Amino acid sequence: MVLEKMALVGDALSHVALPGIAIGYLLNFNPFIGGFAFLFVSAVIIWYVQRITKISFEALVGASFTLALAVGIIIIPEIELVEALFGSIADVVILDAVVAAVISVVAVLLTRVIYKKLVLAMISEDLAISKGIDVAKTNLLYLFLVSIVVAVGIKIVGTLLVGFLVIVPAIAARNLSSNMFRYTLLSAIFGVISAFSGVLLTGYFSDVPPGPLVVFSGIAIFAVTIIIGRIKKITV
Amino acid sequence: MVVFQEPRGQRMNMLATEEQILNVSGLNAKLQNQPILDNINFTVKKGTTLAILGPNGAGKSVLFRVLLNLIPYEGKVEWAEKVKIGYVPQNVAVSDIPISVREFLSIGKSKCDPVAALSLVKLNNKKVLDKRLGVLSGGELRRVLIAWALIDDPSVLLLDEPTTGVDVGSEEPIFLMLNGIKRDRKITILLITHDIHIVQEYSDYLLALNKCVTFFGRSEEIASMATQQAIYGEPICVETLKSEG
Repeated sequence: MVLEKMALVGDALSHVALPGIAIGYLLNFNPFIGGFAFLFVSAVIIWYVQRITKISFEALVGASFTLALAVGIIIIPEIELVEALFGSIADVVILDAVVAAVISVVAVLLTRVIYKKLVLAMISEDLAISKGIDVAKTNLLYLFLVSIVVAVGIKIVGTLLVGFLVIVPAIAARNLSSNMFRYTLLSAIFGVISAFSGVLLTGYFSDVPPGPLVVFSGIAIFAVTIIIGRIKKITV
Repeated sequence: MVVFQEPRGQRMNMLATEEQILNVSGLNAKLQNQPILDNINFTVKKGTTLAILGPNGAGKSVLFRVLLNLIPYEGKVEWAEKVKIGYVPQNVAVSDIPISVREFLSIGKSKCDPVAALSLVKLNNKKVLDKRLGVLSGGELRRVLIAWALIDDPSVLLLDEPTTGVDVGSEEPIFLMLNGIKRDRKITILLITHDIHIVQEYSDYLLALNKCVTFFGRSEEIASMATQQAIYGEPICVETLKSEG
Protein backbone atom coordinates (compact mmCIF):
# COMPACT_ATOMS: atom_id res chain seq x y z
CA MET A 1 0.00 0.00 0.00
CA VAL A 2 2.78 2.40 0.94
CA LEU A 3 4.66 1.63 -2.28
CA GLU A 4 1.49 1.90 -4.35
CA LYS A 5 1.10 5.42 -2.93
CA MET A 6 -2.16 4.21 -1.46
CA ALA A 7 -1.25 4.32 2.24
CA LEU A 8 -4.33 6.33 3.13
CA VAL A 9 -6.43 4.09 0.91
CA GLY A 10 -5.37 1.13 3.06
CA ASP A 11 -6.27 3.08 6.17
CA ALA A 12 -9.66 4.22 4.89
CA LEU A 13 -10.43 0.77 3.47
CA SER A 14 -10.26 -0.67 6.97
CA HIS A 15 -13.29 1.40 8.03
CA VAL A 16 -15.35 -0.21 5.27
CA ALA A 17 -15.40 -3.35 7.45
CA LEU A 18 -17.65 -1.72 10.03
CA PRO A 19 -21.09 -2.65 8.57
CA GLY A 20 -19.89 -6.25 8.12
CA ILE A 21 -18.81 -6.40 11.76
CA ALA A 22 -22.18 -4.94 12.76
CA ILE A 23 -24.08 -7.58 10.77
CA GLY A 24 -21.93 -10.26 12.42
CA TYR A 25 -22.94 -9.01 15.87
CA LEU A 26 -26.61 -8.71 14.91
CA LEU A 27 -26.85 -12.16 13.30
CA ASN A 28 -24.58 -13.88 15.84
CA PHE A 29 -21.71 -15.01 13.65
CA ASN A 30 -18.05 -14.08 13.88
CA PRO A 31 -18.11 -10.32 13.22
CA PHE A 32 -14.67 -10.40 11.64
CA ILE A 33 -15.86 -12.76 8.92
CA GLY A 34 -18.53 -10.15 8.17
CA GLY A 35 -15.83 -7.48 8.28
CA PHE A 36 -13.64 -9.34 5.81
CA ALA A 37 -16.57 -10.02 3.47
CA PHE A 38 -17.46 -6.32 3.43
CA LEU A 39 -13.85 -5.32 2.95
CA PHE A 40 -13.30 -7.64 0.02
CA VAL A 41 -16.62 -6.95 -1.72
CA SER A 42 -16.04 -3.20 -1.30
CA ALA A 43 -12.48 -3.54 -2.59
CA VAL A 44 -13.71 -5.40 -5.70
CA ILE A 45 -16.42 -2.80 -6.33
CA ILE A 46 -13.90 0.04 -5.90
CA TRP A 47 -11.43 -1.77 -8.18
CA TYR A 48 -14.10 -2.26 -10.85
CA VAL A 49 -15.52 1.28 -10.66
CA GLN A 50 -11.98 2.69 -10.82
CA ARG A 51 -11.28 0.67 -13.96
CA ILE A 52 -14.37 1.86 -15.80
CA THR A 53 -14.51 5.48 -14.55
CA LYS A 54 -10.78 6.23 -13.98
CA ILE A 55 -11.74 8.08 -10.78
CA SER A 56 -8.83 7.84 -8.31
CA PHE A 57 -8.75 5.05 -5.73
CA GLU A 58 -8.44 7.67 -2.99
CA ALA A 59 -11.70 9.38 -3.97
CA LEU A 60 -13.64 6.12 -4.34
CA VAL A 61 -12.36 4.69 -1.06
CA GLY A 62 -13.08 8.04 0.63
CA ALA A 63 -16.69 7.90 -0.55
CA SER A 64 -17.25 4.26 0.36
CA PHE A 65 -15.59 4.46 3.78
CA THR A 66 -17.74 7.38 4.92
CA LEU A 67 -20.85 5.53 3.71
CA ALA A 68 -19.74 2.35 5.49
CA LEU A 69 -18.96 4.27 8.68
CA ALA A 70 -22.39 5.90 8.62
CA VAL A 71 -24.16 2.54 8.05
CA GLY A 72 -22.01 0.78 10.66
CA ILE A 73 -22.66 3.37 13.36
CA ILE A 74 -26.43 3.13 12.79
CA ILE A 75 -26.71 -0.65 12.96
CA ILE A 76 -23.99 -1.71 15.40
CA PRO A 77 -24.84 -1.97 19.14
CA GLU A 78 -23.02 0.68 21.21
CA ILE A 79 -20.82 -1.61 23.34
CA GLU A 80 -19.68 -3.61 20.32
CA LEU A 81 -19.10 -0.35 18.43
CA VAL A 82 -16.27 0.55 20.81
CA GLU A 83 -14.71 -2.90 20.35
CA ALA A 84 -15.08 -2.71 16.57
CA LEU A 85 -13.52 0.75 16.41
CA PHE A 86 -10.65 0.16 18.84
CA GLY A 87 -10.23 -3.63 18.92
CA SER A 88 -9.87 -5.89 21.91
CA ILE A 89 -6.69 -7.91 21.95
CA ALA A 90 -7.54 -9.15 25.45
CA ASP A 91 -10.51 -11.01 23.97
CA VAL A 92 -8.41 -12.82 21.37
CA VAL A 93 -8.77 -16.57 22.01
CA ILE A 94 -6.43 -19.33 20.84
CA LEU A 95 -8.64 -20.11 17.83
CA ASP A 96 -8.44 -16.45 16.70
CA ALA A 97 -4.66 -16.61 17.00
CA VAL A 98 -4.45 -19.84 14.97
CA VAL A 99 -6.76 -18.45 12.27
CA ALA A 100 -4.69 -15.24 12.13
CA ALA A 101 -1.47 -17.25 11.82
CA VAL A 102 -2.86 -19.43 9.02
CA ILE A 103 -4.21 -16.39 7.16
CA SER A 104 -0.86 -14.63 7.54
CA VAL A 105 1.03 -17.61 6.09
CA VAL A 106 -1.40 -17.82 3.14
CA ALA A 107 -1.10 -14.06 2.59
CA VAL A 108 2.71 -14.25 2.60
CA LEU A 109 2.70 -17.18 0.13
CA LEU A 110 0.25 -15.46 -2.22
CA THR A 111 2.23 -12.23 -2.02
CA ARG A 112 5.29 -14.19 -3.04
CA VAL A 113 3.45 -15.42 -6.14
CA ILE A 114 2.48 -11.93 -7.34
CA TYR A 115 5.37 -10.01 -5.82
CA LYS A 116 7.48 -9.47 -8.96
CA LYS A 117 4.44 -8.70 -11.11
CA LEU A 118 3.23 -6.20 -8.56
CA VAL A 119 6.59 -4.45 -8.29
CA LEU A 120 6.94 -4.20 -12.07
CA ALA A 121 3.41 -2.77 -12.34
CA MET A 122 4.29 -0.21 -9.66
CA ILE A 123 7.35 0.86 -11.64
CA SER A 124 5.47 1.09 -14.95
CA GLU A 125 2.08 -0.39 -15.72
CA ASP A 126 2.82 -0.27 -19.47
CA LEU A 127 6.05 -2.15 -18.92
CA ALA A 128 4.22 -4.84 -16.94
CA ILE A 129 1.45 -5.22 -19.53
CA SER A 130 3.99 -5.34 -22.35
CA LYS A 131 5.57 -8.31 -20.54
CA GLY A 132 2.23 -10.13 -20.58
CA ILE A 133 1.36 -9.42 -16.95
CA ASP A 134 -2.37 -9.10 -16.28
CA VAL A 135 -2.09 -5.99 -14.10
CA ALA A 136 -5.84 -5.82 -13.41
CA LYS A 137 -5.92 -9.39 -12.05
CA THR A 138 -2.73 -8.82 -10.06
CA ASN A 139 -4.23 -5.70 -8.48
CA LEU A 140 -7.40 -7.61 -7.64
CA LEU A 141 -5.45 -10.33 -5.86
CA TYR A 142 -3.48 -7.63 -4.11
CA LEU A 143 -6.70 -5.98 -2.88
CA PHE A 144 -7.88 -9.38 -1.66
CA LEU A 145 -4.67 -9.75 0.34
CA VAL A 146 -4.99 -6.26 1.79
CA SER A 147 -8.60 -7.00 2.77
CA ILE A 148 -7.71 -10.24 4.52
CA VAL A 149 -4.73 -8.75 6.38
CA VAL A 150 -6.77 -5.73 7.47
CA ALA A 151 -9.58 -8.04 8.66
CA VAL A 152 -7.10 -9.92 10.86
CA GLY A 153 -5.69 -6.65 12.23
CA ILE A 154 -9.14 -5.31 13.10
CA LYS A 155 -9.50 -7.86 15.91
CA ILE A 156 -6.34 -6.53 17.55
CA VAL A 157 -6.50 -2.76 17.14
CA GLY A 158 -9.97 -2.11 15.67
CA THR A 159 -11.07 -0.50 12.44
CA LEU A 160 -9.81 2.97 13.42
CA LEU A 161 -6.27 1.95 14.25
CA VAL A 162 -5.67 -0.96 11.89
CA GLY A 163 -4.46 1.45 9.21
CA PHE A 164 -1.42 1.79 11.45
CA LEU A 165 -0.46 -1.86 10.86
CA VAL A 166 -0.71 -1.36 7.10
CA ILE A 167 1.27 1.87 6.98
CA VAL A 168 3.69 2.50 9.84
CA PRO A 169 5.88 -0.66 9.86
CA ALA A 170 6.21 -0.27 6.07
CA ILE A 171 7.29 3.37 6.13
CA ALA A 172 9.66 2.66 9.01
CA ALA A 173 11.24 -0.17 6.99
CA ARG A 174 11.47 2.04 3.91
CA ASN A 175 13.67 4.47 5.84
CA LEU A 176 16.31 1.78 6.28
CA SER A 177 16.03 -0.26 3.06
CA SER A 178 17.90 -0.15 -0.20
CA ASN A 179 16.34 -3.34 -1.54
CA MET A 180 12.98 -5.10 -1.50
CA PHE A 181 14.18 -8.11 0.50
CA ARG A 182 15.33 -5.96 3.38
CA TYR A 183 12.19 -3.82 3.07
CA THR A 184 9.76 -6.73 3.38
CA LEU A 185 11.77 -8.35 6.17
CA LEU A 186 12.02 -5.14 8.22
CA SER A 187 8.32 -4.35 7.67
CA ALA A 188 7.37 -7.70 9.18
CA ILE A 189 9.86 -7.35 12.05
CA PHE A 190 8.69 -3.81 12.91
CA GLY A 191 5.04 -4.93 12.80
CA VAL A 192 5.74 -7.80 15.20
CA ILE A 193 7.83 -5.62 17.57
CA SER A 194 5.08 -2.96 17.62
CA ALA A 195 2.40 -5.52 18.45
CA PHE A 196 4.43 -7.30 21.14
CA SER A 197 5.76 -4.18 22.81
CA GLY A 198 2.28 -2.61 22.76
CA VAL A 199 0.84 -5.62 24.57
CA LEU A 200 3.76 -5.74 27.04
CA LEU A 201 3.26 -2.05 27.83
CA THR A 202 -0.24 -2.79 29.12
CA GLY A 203 1.57 -4.25 32.16
CA TYR A 204 2.76 -0.73 32.98
CA PHE A 205 -0.30 1.20 31.78
CA SER A 206 -3.15 -1.06 32.85
CA ASP A 207 -5.82 1.61 32.26
CA VAL A 208 -4.87 2.03 28.62
CA PRO A 209 -6.18 -0.48 26.04
CA PRO A 210 -3.48 -2.32 24.03
CA GLY A 211 -4.52 -0.88 20.64
CA PRO A 212 -3.23 2.66 21.22
CA LEU A 213 -0.08 1.28 22.91
CA VAL A 214 0.66 -0.82 19.82
CA VAL A 215 0.34 2.36 17.76
CA PHE A 216 2.64 4.33 20.10
CA SER A 217 5.29 1.61 19.93
CA GLY A 218 5.16 1.59 16.15
CA ILE A 219 5.41 5.37 15.90
CA ALA A 220 8.44 5.27 18.24
CA ILE A 221 10.11 2.74 15.93
CA PHE A 222 9.28 4.93 12.94
CA ALA A 223 10.84 7.98 14.67
CA VAL A 224 14.01 6.00 15.41
CA THR A 225 14.27 4.85 11.78
CA ILE A 226 14.01 8.46 10.59
CA ILE A 227 16.93 9.42 12.85
CA ILE A 228 19.02 6.40 11.76
CA GLY A 229 18.20 7.13 8.12
CA ARG A 230 19.31 10.76 8.51
CA ILE A 231 22.54 9.75 10.26
CA LYS A 232 23.29 7.23 7.51
CA LYS A 233 22.70 9.87 4.84
CA ILE A 234 25.04 12.32 6.54
CA THR A 235 27.82 9.80 7.19
CA VAL A 236 27.76 8.07 3.74
CA MET B 1 -12.33 -4.72 -37.18
CA VAL B 2 -11.47 -2.36 -39.98
CA VAL B 3 -10.64 -3.66 -43.40
CA PHE B 4 -7.38 -2.12 -44.50
CA GLN B 5 -7.63 0.02 -47.58
CA GLU B 6 -4.61 0.95 -49.64
CA PRO B 7 -3.92 4.58 -48.72
CA ARG B 8 -3.85 7.21 -51.41
CA GLY B 9 -1.22 9.87 -51.89
CA GLN B 10 2.44 10.16 -52.56
CA ARG B 11 4.13 6.82 -52.92
CA MET B 12 7.30 6.33 -50.86
CA ASN B 13 9.31 3.40 -52.10
CA MET B 14 12.54 3.92 -50.22
CA LEU B 15 12.13 0.71 -48.20
CA ALA B 16 10.74 -1.28 -51.10
CA THR B 17 13.80 -3.41 -51.60
CA GLU B 18 14.79 -3.73 -47.96
CA GLU B 19 13.77 -6.32 -45.42
CA GLN B 20 11.07 -5.03 -43.14
CA ILE B 21 10.50 -5.77 -39.47
CA LEU B 22 7.38 -3.64 -39.09
CA ASN B 23 4.62 -2.51 -41.39
CA VAL B 24 2.01 -0.08 -40.10
CA SER B 25 -0.84 0.88 -42.38
CA GLY B 26 -4.10 2.77 -42.02
CA LEU B 27 -3.58 3.01 -38.27
CA ASN B 28 -6.11 4.98 -36.23
CA ALA B 29 -6.20 5.16 -32.44
CA LYS B 30 -8.34 7.01 -29.94
CA LEU B 31 -7.94 7.81 -26.25
CA GLN B 32 -11.13 8.55 -24.32
CA ASN B 33 -12.95 8.91 -27.64
CA GLN B 34 -10.52 11.58 -28.87
CA PRO B 35 -8.67 10.69 -32.09
CA ILE B 36 -4.93 10.63 -31.37
CA LEU B 37 -3.53 8.85 -34.41
CA ASP B 38 -5.05 9.34 -37.85
CA ASN B 39 -4.23 7.11 -40.81
CA ILE B 40 -0.62 6.38 -39.88
CA ASN B 41 1.44 4.48 -42.46
CA PHE B 42 5.11 3.59 -42.25
CA THR B 43 7.51 0.69 -42.44
CA VAL B 44 10.69 -0.11 -40.55
CA LYS B 45 13.64 -1.94 -42.02
CA LYS B 46 15.49 -4.54 -39.93
CA GLY B 47 18.63 -3.27 -38.24
CA THR B 48 17.84 0.42 -38.67
CA THR B 49 16.91 3.19 -36.27
CA LEU B 50 13.64 5.01 -36.80
CA ALA B 51 13.35 8.30 -34.94
CA ILE B 52 9.84 9.47 -34.11
CA LEU B 53 9.59 13.22 -33.73
CA GLY B 54 6.70 15.52 -32.96
CA PRO B 55 5.31 18.10 -30.56
CA ASN B 56 3.80 17.17 -27.19
CA GLY B 57 0.44 15.47 -27.68
CA ALA B 58 1.33 14.43 -31.24
CA GLY B 59 0.64 10.78 -30.43
CA LYS B 60 4.22 9.49 -30.24
CA SER B 61 3.83 7.58 -26.99
CA VAL B 62 0.36 6.41 -28.06
CA LEU B 63 1.97 4.97 -31.19
CA PHE B 64 4.34 2.96 -28.97
CA ARG B 65 1.40 1.74 -26.89
CA VAL B 66 -0.27 0.59 -30.09
CA LEU B 67 2.90 -1.16 -31.27
CA LEU B 68 3.05 -2.95 -27.91
CA ASN B 69 -0.63 -3.89 -28.22
CA LEU B 70 -1.45 -2.07 -24.99
CA ILE B 71 -4.44 -0.14 -26.34
CA PRO B 72 -7.11 -0.88 -28.99
CA TYR B 73 -6.63 0.49 -32.50
CA GLU B 74 -7.93 0.22 -36.04
CA GLY B 75 -5.76 -0.60 -39.03
CA LYS B 76 -2.79 -2.90 -39.45
CA VAL B 77 0.31 -3.33 -37.30
CA GLU B 78 2.37 -6.17 -38.73
CA TRP B 79 5.56 -7.24 -37.02
CA ALA B 80 7.95 -9.69 -38.66
CA GLU B 81 7.69 -13.26 -37.43
CA LYS B 82 9.34 -14.18 -34.12
CA VAL B 83 10.05 -10.56 -33.29
CA LYS B 84 11.00 -9.94 -29.65
CA ILE B 85 10.36 -6.43 -28.36
CA GLY B 86 12.24 -4.67 -25.58
CA TYR B 87 10.58 -1.53 -24.25
CA VAL B 88 11.94 1.41 -22.27
CA PRO B 89 9.10 3.71 -21.14
CA GLN B 90 9.62 7.43 -20.65
CA ASN B 91 8.18 7.53 -17.14
CA VAL B 92 8.94 5.06 -14.40
CA ALA B 93 8.01 5.36 -10.73
CA VAL B 94 11.13 4.34 -8.85
CA SER B 95 11.65 7.07 -6.28
CA ASP B 96 9.40 5.50 -3.63
CA ILE B 97 10.25 1.86 -4.19
CA PRO B 98 13.22 0.48 -2.25
CA ILE B 99 14.33 -1.87 -4.99
CA SER B 100 17.98 -2.46 -5.83
CA VAL B 101 19.36 -2.53 -9.37
CA ARG B 102 20.16 -6.24 -8.91
CA GLU B 103 16.56 -7.00 -7.89
CA PHE B 104 15.10 -4.91 -10.71
CA LEU B 105 17.18 -6.65 -13.37
CA SER B 106 15.82 -10.02 -12.23
CA ILE B 107 12.15 -9.00 -12.41
CA GLY B 108 10.15 -10.58 -15.21
CA LYS B 109 13.21 -12.21 -16.73
CA SER B 110 13.71 -15.92 -17.19
CA LYS B 111 17.48 -15.65 -17.19
CA CYS B 112 19.48 -12.83 -15.75
CA ASP B 113 23.16 -12.07 -15.32
CA PRO B 114 23.01 -8.58 -13.82
CA VAL B 115 26.76 -8.00 -14.16
CA ALA B 116 26.72 -8.83 -17.89
CA ALA B 117 23.58 -6.73 -18.36
CA LEU B 118 25.21 -3.71 -16.79
CA SER B 119 28.47 -4.08 -18.68
CA LEU B 120 26.45 -4.11 -21.91
CA VAL B 121 25.20 -0.61 -21.13
CA LYS B 122 28.64 0.43 -19.92
CA LEU B 123 27.80 0.82 -16.25
CA ASN B 124 30.21 0.03 -13.44
CA ASN B 125 28.41 -2.88 -11.79
CA LYS B 126 30.35 -2.57 -8.53
CA LYS B 127 29.15 1.00 -8.24
CA VAL B 128 25.47 0.53 -9.01
CA LEU B 129 24.46 -3.13 -8.63
CA ASP B 130 23.34 -2.86 -5.01
CA LYS B 131 22.23 0.73 -5.18
CA ARG B 132 18.59 1.63 -4.80
CA LEU B 133 17.00 2.40 -8.19
CA GLY B 134 15.58 5.66 -6.85
CA VAL B 135 18.99 7.13 -5.98
CA LEU B 136 20.64 6.57 -9.37
CA SER B 137 21.47 9.56 -11.53
CA GLY B 138 19.22 10.15 -14.55
CA GLY B 139 21.84 8.68 -16.88
CA GLU B 140 22.43 5.62 -14.71
CA LEU B 141 18.70 4.95 -14.40
CA ARG B 142 18.19 5.17 -18.18
CA ARG B 143 21.09 2.74 -18.76
CA VAL B 144 19.63 0.31 -16.19
CA LEU B 145 16.24 0.48 -17.93
CA ILE B 146 17.92 -0.20 -21.28
CA ALA B 147 19.87 -3.09 -19.71
CA TRP B 148 16.59 -4.53 -18.40
CA ALA B 149 15.04 -4.30 -21.86
CA LEU B 150 18.06 -6.03 -23.41
CA ILE B 151 18.21 -9.05 -21.08
CA ASP B 152 15.80 -11.13 -23.17
CA ASP B 153 17.81 -10.49 -26.38
CA PRO B 154 15.12 -8.47 -28.17
CA SER B 155 15.21 -7.99 -31.92
CA VAL B 156 13.55 -4.56 -31.56
CA LEU B 157 13.99 -1.86 -28.93
CA LEU B 158 11.26 0.74 -28.38
CA LEU B 159 12.77 3.71 -26.56
CA ASP B 160 10.41 6.44 -25.39
CA GLU B 161 12.62 9.52 -24.93
CA PRO B 162 15.54 7.48 -23.59
CA THR B 163 17.35 10.52 -22.20
CA THR B 164 14.50 11.83 -20.04
CA GLY B 165 16.02 13.17 -16.81
CA VAL B 166 19.55 12.97 -18.21
CA ASP B 167 21.80 16.04 -18.15
CA VAL B 168 22.85 17.40 -21.53
CA GLY B 169 26.42 16.14 -21.35
CA SER B 170 25.33 12.57 -20.64
CA GLU B 171 22.84 12.29 -23.52
CA GLU B 172 25.32 11.77 -26.34
CA PRO B 173 27.15 8.84 -24.66
CA ILE B 174 23.81 7.04 -24.24
CA PHE B 175 23.06 7.32 -27.96
CA LEU B 176 26.61 6.25 -28.82
CA MET B 177 26.13 3.22 -26.59
CA LEU B 178 22.79 2.44 -28.27
CA ASN B 179 24.43 2.69 -31.68
CA GLY B 180 27.07 0.19 -30.58
CA ILE B 181 24.41 -2.23 -29.26
CA LYS B 182 22.43 -1.89 -32.48
CA ARG B 183 25.52 -2.67 -34.54
CA ASP B 184 26.73 -5.59 -32.39
CA ARG B 185 23.36 -7.25 -31.83
CA LYS B 186 21.80 -6.30 -35.16
CA ILE B 187 18.69 -4.99 -33.47
CA THR B 188 16.18 -2.47 -34.76
CA ILE B 189 15.53 0.66 -32.75
CA LEU B 190 12.41 2.82 -32.67
CA LEU B 191 13.15 5.97 -30.77
CA ILE B 192 10.95 8.85 -29.64
CA THR B 193 12.87 12.11 -29.35
CA HIS B 194 12.46 15.88 -29.47
CA ASP B 195 16.05 16.49 -30.49
CA ILE B 196 16.84 17.17 -34.17
CA HIS B 197 20.53 16.60 -33.52
CA ILE B 198 19.78 13.09 -32.26
CA VAL B 199 17.64 12.44 -35.34
CA GLN B 200 20.45 13.53 -37.66
CA GLU B 201 23.29 11.76 -35.88
CA TYR B 202 21.76 8.57 -34.53
CA SER B 203 18.82 7.55 -36.70
CA ASP B 204 18.43 6.26 -40.24
CA TYR B 205 14.81 7.18 -40.82
CA LEU B 206 12.49 9.81 -39.44
CA LEU B 207 8.76 9.64 -38.80
CA ALA B 208 7.34 13.05 -37.88
CA LEU B 209 3.95 12.91 -36.21
CA ASN B 210 1.34 15.48 -35.40
CA LYS B 211 -1.59 13.10 -34.91
CA CYS B 212 -1.02 12.20 -38.57
CA VAL B 213 2.28 11.65 -40.38
CA THR B 214 3.79 15.01 -41.39
CA PHE B 215 7.04 13.55 -42.68
CA PHE B 216 8.45 10.09 -43.31
CA GLY B 217 11.80 9.67 -44.95
CA ARG B 218 15.54 9.45 -44.44
CA SER B 219 16.79 11.27 -41.37
CA GLU B 220 19.33 13.38 -43.21
CA GLU B 221 16.47 15.09 -44.99
CA ILE B 222 15.66 16.88 -41.74
CA ALA B 223 18.43 19.33 -42.62
CA SER B 224 16.38 20.72 -45.52
CA MET B 225 14.13 23.72 -44.98
CA ALA B 226 11.23 22.01 -46.74
CA THR B 227 11.36 19.09 -44.34
CA GLN B 228 11.56 21.35 -41.30
CA GLN B 229 8.61 23.33 -42.66
CA ALA B 230 6.70 20.05 -43.02
CA ILE B 231 7.54 19.04 -39.45
CA TYR B 232 7.28 22.31 -37.58
CA GLY B 233 4.98 24.37 -39.80
CA GLU B 234 1.22 24.06 -40.09
CA PRO B 235 0.66 20.28 -40.02
CA ILE B 236 0.10 18.87 -43.50
CA CYS B 237 -0.57 15.17 -43.42
CA VAL B 238 1.25 12.98 -45.88
CA GLU B 239 -0.13 9.59 -46.70
CA THR B 240 2.77 7.26 -47.03
CA LEU B 241 2.46 3.91 -48.67
CA LYS B 242 3.91 0.74 -47.27
CA SER B 243 6.81 -0.51 -49.26
CA GLU B 244 6.41 -3.49 -51.51
CA GLY B 245 9.65 -5.16 -50.41
